[in-house]
Amino acid sequence: MKEFRYLKNATTLEFRPKGCAGCGRCVEVCPHQVFELVGKRVRVVDRDACMECGACARNCPLAVIKVDAGVGCAAGLIAEWFRERNVKGLSGACCS
Amino acid sequence: MTGVGKVARISSKILLSDRLGAWKARWTIGRMTYTVPPGLYALGHPTPDDPVLVTANYKMSFDIVRSAMVGRNAWLLVLETFGINVWCAAGKGTFGTEELVRRIGATGLAKVVNHRRLLLPILGAPGVAAYEVARRTGFSISYATIRANDLPEYLANGMVATPAMRQLTFTLLERLVLVPVELVLALKSTALIALCLFVLGTLLSGPSAGIMASIAYLGAILAGTVLGPLLLPWLPGSSFSIKGVVVGLIWSTALYLLAGGSDWSMPVTFAAFLALPAVSAFYTLNFTGATPFTSRSGVKKEMRIAIPAMGSALVVSFLLVLAGRFL
Repeated sequence: MKEFRYLKNATTLEFRPKGCAGCGRCVEVCPHQVFELVGKRVRVVDRDACMECGACARNCPLAVIKVDAGVGCAAGLIAEWFRERNVKGLSGACCS
Repeated sequence: MTGVGKVARISSKILLSDRLGAWKARWTIGRMTYTVPPGLYALGHPTPDDPVLVTANYKMSFDIVRSAMVGRNAWLLVLETFGINVWCAAGKGTFGTEELVRRIGATGLAKVVNHRRLLLPILGAPGVAAYEVARRTGFSISYATIRANDLPEYLANGMVATPAMRQLTFTLLERLVLVPVELVLALKSTALIALCLFVLGTLLSGPSAGIMASIAYLGAILAGTVLGPLLLPWLPGSSFSIKGVVVGLIWSTALYLLAGGSDWSMPVTFAAFLALPAVSAFYTLNFTGATPFTSRSGVKKEMRIAIPAMGSALVVSFLLVLAGRFL
């Protein structure tokens, strides 16, 4: 996915290396190669490629990864904005 | 016959009706009810030693997996995702830990196969906590590949994914098949607004102005929903609204050259070059929902600036046209 880059410094991804046992599950599930496993150590190598899908956090058995997961979809965010303000009719997302 | 009795047998052959169904779903016809029943399927003639592939019950997902496995035998465990594909269902959590654990139990999978390994698509990982499934069912999960087409090679490779199998792509063709959905979803509001513009233009300066206003608007929609997604990697910037502004400017320029723009008044010319890119930008920004690389925080960040800017551009254009008519 090197030809597609989205905005820099936007992701909420947080990784706490201290508690990590190096199982490598995050490397296995990340579709954007954000993590790298060298020996038993995991490193974040491409933070800006993160699309906040949440696969790494969901699959981390030691809960050392945190991310505010969600879908990067403008229509979905607009629907959410209307839903929070209780506007009916405009709050349905396309893939609800 | 298996350890749990009969299991429905399927083949990897794709029929004309499957192709037609997929085509209709792409155009949103019956898209939300294009499903297969969840459960366990025997693909070909699998033995208890053959692999178990997990997928969603959107029929297009099911068809893609079975057709990828031509000439091979496998078990297909189909989860109830209510007709939503793996990636979107994982985001919602329906392609998730709870449903997988429930479906393993309901199908009696442990009695059908000898091994305790499940192969899941990588894009299903946002919904499934592998360690929890292992703890609750004894089945260990391997996230295999992103694309079902890579499954035969993955199996031949001793169930080890190569870097290419983990790499997302978003090719011209992969973007093209998403365009119909974008078009159909934009259709209702587009028709309504085009009609309003026609009426407004006619009232202000006659029917030809009304027709021109509608055409200008429809072109801006097409630029934003078709041209924007197709040209995506080649348009400047990383922000989708900027990319949309660029295709909108291409359209305004084309319209100016083809529809005798030199005869337009100054305010109308300014309004066209302001409003049309704003409309295109909105629709290209909308395409973020169909891409596999935009983050929620990124789209939010972009929208905070882009939406007010688009709104202002439209208001200013409207005032310009009014002012040009009456001042």
